[in-house]
Amino acid sequence: MTTMEITPAAQDTTNLLRFITCGSVDDGKSTLLGRLLYDAGMLPEDQVAALIRDSRKLHADAPDQLDFSLLTDGLDAERQQGITIDVAYRYFHTQRRSFIVADCPGHEQYTRNMATGASNAELAVVLVDARKGLLPQTRRHTYICALMGIRQVVLAVNKMDLIDYRDDVYAAIANEYRELAAHLGITTVHCLPVVAPSGENVGQRSTRMPWYRGPCLLELLESADTTATQAADFRMPVQWVNRPDASFRGYAGTICGGRVAVGSEIVVQPAMRRARIERIVTADGDLGEAMAGQAVTLTLDREVDVSRGDVIADATRPAPVADQFAAHLLWMGDEPLLPNRAYWLKMGSRTVNARVTTIKHKVDVNTQAELAARRLDLNEVGYCNIDLDHAIPFETYADNRTLGGFILIDRQTHATVGCGMLDFALRRAANVHWQHTDLNKDVRSASKGQQSRCLWFTGLSGAGKSTVANLVERRLHALGYHTYMLDGDNLRHGLNKDLGFTAEARVENVRRVAEVAHLMVDAGLIVLVCVISPFQSERRFARSLFDGGEFLEVFVDTTLEECERRDSKGLYRKARAGEIINFTGIDSPYEAPEQAELHLRTAGLRPEQLAEQVVEQLLAGLGPHHSR
Amino acid sequence: MSPMSYLDALEAESIHIFRETAAAFERPVMLYSIGKDSSVLLHLLRKAFYPARPPMPLLHVDTTWKFREMIAFRDQVAAAGDVEVLVHINEDGVRQGISPLVHGSAVHTDVMKTVGLKQALDKYRFDAAIGGARRDEEKSRAKERVFSFRNAQHRWDPKNQRPEFWHTYNTQIHKGESVRVFPLSNWTEMDVWHYIRREGIPVVPLYFAKPRPVVERDGALIMIDDDRFTLREGEAVAMREVRFRTLGCYPLTGAVASSADTLDKIIDEMATSRSSERQGRVIDHDASASMERKKQEGYF
Repeated sequence: MTTMEITPAAQDTTNLLRFITCGSVDDGKSTLLGRLLYDAGMLPEDQVAALIRDSRKLHADAPDQLDFSLLTDGLDAERQQGITIDVAYRYFHTQRRSFIVADCPGHEQYTRNMATGASNAELAVVLVDARKGLLPQTRRHTYICALMGIRQVVLAVNKMDLIDYRDDVYAAIANEYRELAAHLGITTVHCLPVVAPSGENVGQRSTRMPWYRGPCLLELLESADTTATQAADFRMPVQWVNRPDASFRGYAGTICGGRVAVGSEIVVQPAMRRARIERIVTADGDLGEAMAGQAVTLTLDREVDVSRGDVIADATRPAPVADQFAAHLLWMGDEPLLPNRAYWLKMGSRTVNARVTTIKHKVDVNTQAELAARRLDLNEVGYCNIDLDHAIPFETYADNRTLGGFILIDRQTHATVGCGMLDFALRRAANVHWQHTDLNKDVRSASKGQQSRCLWFTGLSGAGKSTVANLVERRLHALGYHTYMLDGDNLRHGLNKDLGFTAEARVENVRRVAEVAHLMVDAGLIVLVCVISPFQSERRFARSLFDGGEFLEVFVDTTLEECERRDSKGLYRKARAGEIINFTGIDSPYEAPEQAELHLRTAGLRPEQLAEQVVEQLLAGLGPHHSR
Repeated sequence: MSPMSYLDALEAESIHIFRETAAAFERPVMLYSIGKDSSVLLHLLRKAFYPARPPMPLLHVDTTWKFREMIAFRDQVAAAGDVEVLVHINEDGVRQGISPLVHGSAVHTDVMKTVGLKQALDKYRFDAAIGGARRDEEKSRAKERVFSFRNAQHRWDPKNQRPEFWHTYNTQIHKGESVRVFPLSNWTEMDVWHYIRREGIPVVPLYFAKPRPVVERDGALIMIDDDRFTLREGEAVAMREVRFRTLGCYPLTGAVASSADTLDKIIDEMATSRSSERQGRVIDHDASASMERKKQEGYF
């Protein structure tokens, strides 16, 4: 085969096409791809032998037919179920071009894996079963392709043999799809009729469909446009500060936009420190200039503070910097996205805390209708406002995938739960500034002769949080400390009056209480917070607001049976009777702390004894009291 | 400036992955198996952190059945002095006398490689282990992430991998958990050879054809590397001109008849070859999905 003799090594990257195959289950994606590799002469003999062996084993009824899907469905579970679960990457080349193809799953359940494949692709081959026409998954995948920035699609209408090669059926499907694609902003659509198992219009043109005069699939892929428009302005996120010794300080990273030359004036963002490029260092010698895609090490002509996560950018055209954005979000977590819950956001080499403040709408990916939503479930797409705890340099996703695309990571499980595409910075991000005041926490707490603290009491309803906290506060007051108690129930009469008891509302409830406690600690007070705060994630968020040692989590550990027996407010009885829903411990979970500073096992102890434990521990951490 | 070549792009992507690993983990390690992919990895490791020394050690899990030329090559790398080379042997396995000739490939691989690797990772508390696996090698590897999560028992769950977008990698782990990192994910066997030629990277001489003592067993050409190998009835040793496409434990690695004794000839031979790289690997032929099962249990 002559195709094997072409080596991709010498070819430049503009002659590489990264594409994905997608479509609904059973539309024949894996078969089409296997056939494509076979027709391109890319299958080694031992793989073909294995294919024949495996095909016979699985399809005893048709021993002579090759099941090309077996080439890419490599996981046990995939073979057993006959479906694709995860993306498989294949590499092949023809005389004209190199290809990296991601074979993507069709099942709705695995949409996140399909999106993974789409994030790096320039073109999508979308398969449709000619008998079924456009299915919800066709629309879903096309929508996600568009969202991920794919602007070229090949629509392969498969299984034409099963509809007697009828051109009217094909034309109707092609027209309907073109309309959908245009609506989603996909600029280039090629449609063609194929039969994947027998390879008609795959590697060569079919004689059974003379009414189709266009190129076959392989020809289309060979001629697709790969001169993607690249971001023009120089940007490099700093990955690694290289300091082998005192004489060298370089900033290593991959350039994600534009180009840079020795002597160029740059700015280190977000702090906006200016410098010039002194050297562009690589192991193969210094370069005079470097461009997007290259992994280099830059040195600067003066000492400036640069760390991992910073962006080095063109000084004349720096990236915008903001901490509030509108973005599209594809949710991939098994647990739903809850507004106001804190997640880690990773973009480029920077990781910050982020929360979704508002879901403006979610998108019905089948109809593209915008629907109201209070949460996002697995595989849903929403348009959201996002708030970060640090301002970061960014670009819109359309301009720069590296500085406009981000992932969200669950702070508890560390799962990748979302991926997002920045749209624009909210104007209020530029208009709301932190007001620096002359008096600070240290001054204010010193004037009270104490160090401020937040004591965070968590536990089930009826565990005794408020009872113990009340005794602790009385004791501290008697000793001359300045305190304030924030009780969850009391706050729900005012500040949090608008919140219910759904998971979303509980997250917001705790966020507000934590923010108020933070202000009070800033005012120099010792604050006692009593809220059930059932989720670890929110308690961790609360902790993150405070300096080290300032926040003490107090787990008031009373068994559910005991709380229910006491039932001081009669709430458990109502919850059991079904009169209250979302009640912690009954039909809503309580996640016990794993590393609370103080674990109060209440069984057999009087509240006074428990309060004494808290006071002792607090005072031990505070050191000697400066009594006035 | 001219556009980047395909090899330049692969190199840059791999360097990015190396740097991300060094920056995001406390105790990263590069697994070094002495083969051509390891040679390329080591070259990229040095490039990624130039002019500094590589900020992580190499780890070789020695099964005690590697070709002698491989061990000599490894010791030369260690002698170069710019990277620390750790060697780990599963001493329990040695005491039990585990041998590929007696216990077969499955038991030997499990005890000496998989268990040995887990012992070493636990011993040094490595939280990220860089390996040279490529997606073009085998079907379950085609489905691997670049940063592939392992739980505290080193297990891989193929149905529940972290989705991976762009070049933004989720590197968060809890204590005891780890990731396997594959900077060569997007390289093919051909890319590896082209890069070795372009960069002048030294590789173990076993890759080049030369007359070697071999015996034909179960359809594979096995080279007799030391006197632990015992002939079965009817087997005879013959000198044949062979080379290796991949290197592993010598009794489990089939040679190919070849006269390719230079890099140019190897590349020419590969361009017309109609068989896949791992054809000579006895361990791949246990069952169709065996690699997936081995990977789930912690094999690379």
